Amino acid sequence: MTPRQPFVLLFGALLLAGCATLSDEEASKRALEIMKASFAERGQAKLDRLEQDEAQKLCSKPPAQALPKDTAERIEKANLAAIRYPADGKLLGDWKSGERIAQSGVGMQYSDDPRQPAGANCYACHQLSKQEISFGTIGPSLYQYAKLRGSSAEIQRYTYGKIYNSNAFTACSNMPRFGHKGILTEQQVKDLTALLLDPESPVNK
Amino acid sequence: MKRSSVSLAVAGALALLPVAALPQSAVDEIAKYRQQLQDGNPAELWEARGEELWKQKRGPKNVSLEGCDLGKGAGVVKGAYAELPRYFADADRVMDLETRLVHCMVTQQGFSFADATRRPFGSGSSRSDFEALAAWITAESKGVKMNVALAHPKEKEAYQIGEKIFYFRGGSHDFACATCHGENGKRIRLQDLPNLTEQAGARLAYTTWPAYRVSQGELRTFQWRLNDCFRQQRFPELKFTSEASIALTTFLAHNANGAAFNAPAIKR
Repeated sequence: MTPRQPFVLLFGALLLAGCATLSDEEASKRALEIMKASFAERGQAKLDRLEQDEAQKLCSKPPAQALPKDTAERIEKANLAAIRYPADGKLLGDWKSGERIAQSGVGMQYSDDPRQPAGANCYACHQLSKQEISFGTIGPSLYQYAKLRGSSAEIQRYTYGKIYNSNAFTACSNMPRFGHKGILTEQQVKDLTALLLDPESPVNK
Repeated sequence: MKRSSVSLAVAGALALLPVAALPQSAVDEIAKYRQQLQDGNPAELWEARGEELWKQKRGPKNVSLEGCDLGKGAGVVKGAYAELPRYFADADRVMDLETRLVHCMVTQQGFSFADATRRPFGSGSSRSDFEALAAWITAESKGVKMNVALAHPKEKEAYQIGEKIFYFRGGSHDFACATCHGENGKRIRLQDLPNLTEQAGARLAYTTWPAYRVSQGELRTFQWRLNDCFRQQRFPELKFTSEASIALTTFLAHNANGAAFNAPAIKR
């Protein structure tokens, strides 16, 4: 043993005791490894649910670590480019069906039947119609959506796009990307667009 | 025990109230309902069974859990939960209550890991020993200030990993724990959501689990709370006593430090 070795060992031991915490990057890597070992596939929820796409990865930061502007723009641009608008050009479906989809909270959980259509559970986070008083507040109120915004072609396109992929307009939005992630069908997104924009919808009464 | 059956009946009757009548301010009424629920908590039934299970000689080695060290010495239950999760030198890892119980069932009572963990959560007549044991053990920390130390490097690491998991977005819906529990004053439908990133929210939430869930007629532990949150998050199933569950519990429990522990509670 050379004379220097005890010092190196001592220094190493101090490092372990004093600052054992991992670097931010190491912690992220370790957390993912631990998660992969800590979850079990069940029903339709497979382990690939833990594979993050770029937006999910970049949006996994505490709010204190604000997203740099160019990163936010990159997420929005990529998600905007991924929106697939209906081939028939029609964006408005049936608002009555939209209301049922907005009320339903099933879909994609391991406890859900994958053969049944998923809901969007809009009311979990948004006020929509005046009749439904059981609504959440994570998202803004959408009551009188079209009365406040109109229902021009641009608004229709924005609304369909927002439901299809919220991150196209707000990076790291809390709202699921219903079309992009295959939660809802194209027809269901159309029906929800109608729920927000149809003058007969309770949202606009 | 007499009081418990009365409590059950009262809780059952009250459970019908808010649905039947949603008056001017539904939120106020729900708060009132929650207040009324506090009068009688069927968790007492689980606590009594938990104490029996703790003292009963069980397993291939036919010993009780009274030799189990929950962190404050063998057999010391009082105040133990308020300091969990913690690092245990004999296992060289951080453990929460349920993980420690499994450890003791395996090393002291001689159960296999598979046998010990066969029923993490109860359902009707198929009861979980963990829910009973957790009810009793946590009740023995009632009023004790939460004091989860991050003294050992592995405790620090568990906290850091837990924080990462809290903010981890994934699944079909891009949900993280933080999606619902990262802001003040939010709710899902009419259910208030604690902001677990701040001390006040973390304290309020963490110190009121385990809880008797009126809607399920079951006493639920913190492991169950995490398991069911991840189900709704559209993640695969969180394994019972998994490393991720312990890390996340360490993060949340430490954030609740300083608050008086107040469970088993009763929730809708």
